[in-house]
Amino acid sequence: MSDLLQVRDLHVTFVTPDRTVNAVNGVSFDVRRGETLGILGESGSGKSVTLRSILRLHPERRTRWSGSIKLEGDEILTMGRSALSDLRGQRVAMIFQEPATAFDPVFTIGHQIAETVRRHTGKGEADSWSRARDLLEMVRIPSPAQRLRAYPHEMSGGMRQRAMIALALSCNPSLLLADEPTTALDATVQIQVLLLIRELQRELDVGVIFVTHDIGVAVEVSDRIGVMYAGKIVELAPVEQMVDAPRHPYSRGLLASTVHDGMRGQRLEAIPGAPPDLAEVPTGCSFAPRCGFVQASCVARPPELREMGGSHLVRCVLVEPLKEGVAA
Amino acid sequence: MDSLLPLEDRGGPAQPLLLASGLRKHFPVPGGLLGRSGKVVRAVDDLSLSVAKGETLGVVGESGCGKSTVARLLIRLIKPDRGTMVLDGDPVDEPHGITVNELRRQVQMVFQDSYASLNPRLTIGETLAFAPKAHGLPAAEARARVRDLLDKVGLDPINYAERYPHELSGGQRQRVNIARALALRPRLVILDEAVSALDKSVEAQVLNMLVDLKTELGLTYIFISHDLNVVQYLSDRVLVMYLGKIVELGSVEAIYGNPQHPYTRALLSARPSMDPRRRTKEAPIQGDPPNPIDPPSGCRFRTRCPFAEDVCARFEPPLADTGAQAVACHMRVAGSGHSKAATS
Amino acid sequence: MAVQSPAVDIAAALVRPTAASASRGYWPSVGRRLRRDPVTLLCVGVLLLVVLASVAAPLLGLADPYKTSMLRRLYPLGSPNHLLGTDELGRDMFARLIYGGRLSLFMGVTPVVCALLVGGMLGITAGFVGGKVNMAIMRVMDVFYAFPSVLLAISLSGAMGAGTENTLLSLTLVFIPPICRVSESVTTQVRGFDFVDAARASGASALTIVRVHVLGNVLGPILVYATSLISVAIILAAGLSFLGLGVKPPEPEWGLMLNTLRQAIYVNPVLAALPGVMIFITSICFNLMSDGLRAAMDVKA
Repeated sequence: MSDLLQVRDLHVTFVTPDRTVNAVNGVSFDVRRGETLGILGESGSGKSVTLRSILRLHPERRTRWSGSIKLEGDEILTMGRSALSDLRGQRVAMIFQEPATAFDPVFTIGHQIAETVRRHTGKGEADSWSRARDLLEMVRIPSPAQRLRAYPHEMSGGMRQRAMIALALSCNPSLLLADEPTTALDATVQIQVLLLIRELQRELDVGVIFVTHDIGVAVEVSDRIGVMYAGKIVELAPVEQMVDAPRHPYSRGLLASTVHDGMRGQRLEAIPGAPPDLAEVPTGCSFAPRCGFVQASCVARPPELREMGGSHLVRCVLVEPLKEGVAA
Repeated sequence: MDSLLPLEDRGGPAQPLLLASGLRKHFPVPGGLLGRSGKVVRAVDDLSLSVAKGETLGVVGESGCGKSTVARLLIRLIKPDRGTMVLDGDPVDEPHGITVNELRRQVQMVFQDSYASLNPRLTIGETLAFAPKAHGLPAAEARARVRDLLDKVGLDPINYAERYPHELSGGQRQRVNIARALALRPRLVILDEAVSALDKSVEAQVLNMLVDLKTELGLTYIFISHDLNVVQYLSDRVLVMYLGKIVELGSVEAIYGNPQHPYTRALLSARPSMDPRRRTKEAPIQGDPPNPIDPPSGCRFRTRCPFAEDVCARFEPPLADTGAQAVACHMRVAGSGHSKAATS
Repeated sequence: MAVQSPAVDIAAALVRPTAASASRGYWPSVGRRLRRDPVTLLCVGVLLLVVLASVAAPLLGLADPYKTSMLRRLYPLGSPNHLLGTDELGRDMFARLIYGGRLSLFMGVTPVVCALLVGGMLGITAGFVGGKVNMAIMRVMDVFYAFPSVLLAISLSGAMGAGTENTLLSLTLVFIPPICRVSESVTTQVRGFDFVDAARASGASALTIVRVHVLGNVLGPILVYATSLISVAIILAAGLSFLGLGVKPPEPEWGLMLNTLRQAIYVNPVLAALPGVMIFITSICFNLMSDGLRAAMDVKA
């Protein structure tokens, strides 16, 4: 499986008269076709900004980029207007947290999906509508033919989210970006949508980047998980390794403090403090103020992301990098 | 020195702290002629619950189940259409009982963190001093109370009393929300999605704090949330709601260990798996939670229930005791006519 | 915990509250943003000039605005002793304009202030109490709102007769419904916020809740709307005077001056337009100032 998306040393900064926010500070990762990369992080970690940068969705005036984002070899950060327009929706598609805002309330669902198909693939009217119907069926919406004529406000939250997935997949993108698509959904609906995304990813062999703050959700859909903190990836590993043996103190704290089965009666191990202010660039590790294992070397300079074995990368001085043939 | 003393226990440990019977609240749907369309949102229908002193009662359900309405009914921010409430033996809002204002001294609420939960024009100190001052506490004592409250929730008074809400992080704001609820020294605190908007690492801090405060101040909690894991962690008894009605009620061990209502089972298995090797293979139920404007006849869950039969559409199942818990399902009521029910 | 000398900095970082920002209170931050807005500052400067000139008119050593002279009628701009010429009765234009500012500004600001007090109170009450009280107040307002403001002003003035006091009254009545509507709408919105529910749940009286929690959040938008009405009021007052329904001659007032200088259009059009220029300048300054105020208050902080 070749690399679909290659992100190298991405930096994204928002500049306003009041302050400068370093939202993303050197993020690198790859995504292959047919795999799901989960990006896990809390608010302010930079996960949504990273995702939106792939489609260059930030206002041009206030945003500064550096680094490289390559989709199948094409550099996105330097793409011209028309190439970017072709990219969006056709090669890379995105689904959002709030499906209500993704659809225009004055047009039917069918109209909007058919229109997207027509614009990107040049198909005729009848063909586009039939493709729209097929798409609604693919996302398991019951009575798809009737739903084509429904307006967004006539559908329930879960239905709208499925319709948004249909819209995103309408032009056969090779990469699907998901920005917390299930956060606003009820529990019984969330699991339906998660399973749908997993199935569709297998059927269509697309690459998926799934951003979430919920560990359970990340575990359900991802093949690999990247944990982000203060604009950097602090750990990146296959999902089993991340859950069984997280190495970065933040990842470990996150897993330990997430409430689940069987924790009743025990005190929760909470990570003290709060995420840092992204207007300031720290001299050392961004997690140092909250870390239980902090040392002098942590504050002196920012730690590097190092390979640990089994494609497990960790950004922490405590972790020994893999030496030839020797497990860490 | 402090004229707002904590209130005394009246009926002893066996008497429930709060007893609600037959609560009903329907909201008219706007629109149509003269602003009335004739439709109603049946938010809460004939709901009864009791809360024992010192326990944590968890309330779970999805959107439209009415749990937030229940919270507001219990604190009388909304007046119920029907139903009674008794606080530690005293009927509320009735001739021989306590007034709503007196109820509010003993029952307080913590709201979900949002930009609307704290007044952006007031400092934290002013927000916290509001309730005590409104009840007659002089300014100097109110200031002392504010310092005490901030201390209890882990915020340094010197640093935080003069700050504005926008200068605080989500976790800090939620601590202030909790402090505000404690300002009048209540006995019962209703927490309506109190940790739902917080990051997971902050959520853990706040949960620890809630547990500590409960022990330290002898509080009773009603914890409302859509997050089943957190409810399991915090609660002693759990109540499951669907479309304005209680479908199952019991101890946390019974509900989580042996759920009997099909909806409870679906909710529990809808939780994402934390083990990548044992991922969820199939969604427990299909469809979305329906609209509380026109709930299905009979059992409201029947439109999504894999075991629905004729009797479910015709009769509403009563909340029946099955030993460890109470369930509202025809399958558990002997002689109900459901094929899976025991014949009496 | 393996913490060594950087421990102090780390501990300090733990204590420092996050998301600290330079702005503290809300109104100070609004003031700061206003001070950085060049358009608003310019408008405020111009208005201050006009207001100060009007108020200090007797002290400025101007010619007598009432002194007529049949000989010196309609002198053009730049005449000796008459910087802006004279009007159709020989009175000095410059003096008339400055003295006219007194009445015009007074008639613009006073009705809005009165309407703000009455309409604001009604609207906030309607918004906070809700239910039948809200319906009663707002439906009454709707009846008045149905009339276009100019028509309403004219009919009220016509019914009551011309004159300064009647004009003030009719303009106030015209502005009460829109201010009431805006107040009600904003109050209803604030009423729905959780912190108001929390205040209600604390058992405080409605008056206390409105005073402490609602007013501070509601006054901003209402004030912005009211300042935008001042420009309308100035124009309406001038219009009424132009029609003969407002200020009576020989009082100097810009609208009245426009009326009496109508014939001068053929002789000296610039002269005839001067009062209009004053109306234009003041009303656009109030408008831009209100826009600037709205922009400064828009930030969520």
